[in-house]
Amino acid sequence: MERIKVVHYLNQFFGKIGGEDKAGIHPQLKEGPTGVGQLIQKESSDRFEVVRTIICGDNHAAEHLEEVASVVLKWVEEIRPDLFLAGPAFAAGRYGIACGMMCKAVQQKLGIPALTAMHTSNPGVDSARKEIYIIETGDSTLDMKRVIPKMVALAQKILDKAPIGMPQEEGYFPRGVRINVRAEKRGSKRAVEMLLKKLRGEPFETELPLPQFDKVVPAPPVTDLANAVIALVTEGGIVPKGNPDRIEAHNASKYCKYFIGKINDLTGEDYQTAHGGYDPVYANDDPDRVLPLDAARLLEKEGVFAKLYDYYYMTVGNVTAVASAARYGREIGELLLKNGVHGVILTST
Amino acid sequence: MVKEIERVGLPAIQICAIVPIALTVGANRIVRAIAIPHPTGDPKVEKKEEVELRKKLLRTALKGLTERIQEQTVFK
Repeated sequence: MERIKVVHYLNQFFGKIGGEDKAGIHPQLKEGPTGVGQLIQKESSDRFEVVRTIICGDNHAAEHLEEVASVVLKWVEEIRPDLFLAGPAFAAGRYGIACGMMCKAVQQKLGIPALTAMHTSNPGVDSARKEIYIIETGDSTLDMKRVIPKMVALAQKILDKAPIGMPQEEGYFPRGVRINVRAEKRGSKRAVEMLLKKLRGEPFETELPLPQFDKVVPAPPVTDLANAVIALVTEGGIVPKGNPDRIEAHNASKYCKYFIGKINDLTGEDYQTAHGGYDPVYANDDPDRVLPLDAARLLEKEGVFAKLYDYYYMTVGNVTAVASAARYGREIGELLLKNGVHGVILTST
Repeated sequence: MVKEIERVGLPAIQICAIVPIALTVGANRIVRAIAIPHPTGDPKVEKKEEVELRKKLLRTALKGLTERIQEQTVFK
């Protein structure tokens, strides 16, 4: 039997070094399997051989992700295993982020298949599920016995280059990959059948699940517009010409703010869009079409409102993770509130 | 994003072309934009007219910021 060489990443707890008090430990190397690694070997009927275990403290990993990733890459590359596994991390957020990051790094930089597992609430899911397979777990180690076989089975398929089934069949988080399949019935028939099931109160499965969102109680309104400070925010990617902060055209990793205190009109000579999800011609011709600065200035001069805030905030809202967008919004909102802004106009494309 | 800005207690209105998406993501104050690639402009009209159009959109948005609302509202 040809054995599959595996390097396995664990946190300090599963690596049997210690609890929260050891969460600051730097990456450590152990030859052979540790704890979960032994389970993995056993589940694979010893076809998988965990040759190395890399253990790192949760705090250290989450705070120094790139530094830890470079150490992990070095230790993985020395061995050139067939497979890299991390976790399962269950609902442990720092651990999940680290597992996702290490898997992404190993798979992208070294071309070695990588796989992890965690709970749906884990922020590591959204940070890595597009790039790697993440098996869905329960929120505690009680689920270990169910999860390890799934990890082993999917890893085996990836290594064998066997066809990978749909997320619900294999138990991984949807990666947003669309595959064309030929259905037996045409779309209209499927839609009517689904509708009939819905009307009858029978269970049905949508072909296009929508993400779930929560609601927010409306904020109190601007009470005195004539004395209000208004800020402009956009998800439409308007940046100074040349995109000085190199914001990404899709899945933006940040938001930026730019000074507009002395500017009355945005022109295509000085501004552009960095957004990769819509035809940029109109915005590049006149960026006011996405960030309406000229009209806002005119209304300010007319006294409709007191002052336009001296900066605008922007990001690129193009396949940007809901979790990232939520954070950008929260941080921008807090900053604007702190700086005396009374109301916000946000444009999106 | 607009929802999260409202969550910190600051009224925020979203000008966007696809109102159903704004409703789905939970924006409380919404104004329908002109089009996806030019939410606050219209390349088909004269420059001067376009600025007026933009001002009109912003006036609607400002009005939306001054209204006390109980639920998601699309301002016209």
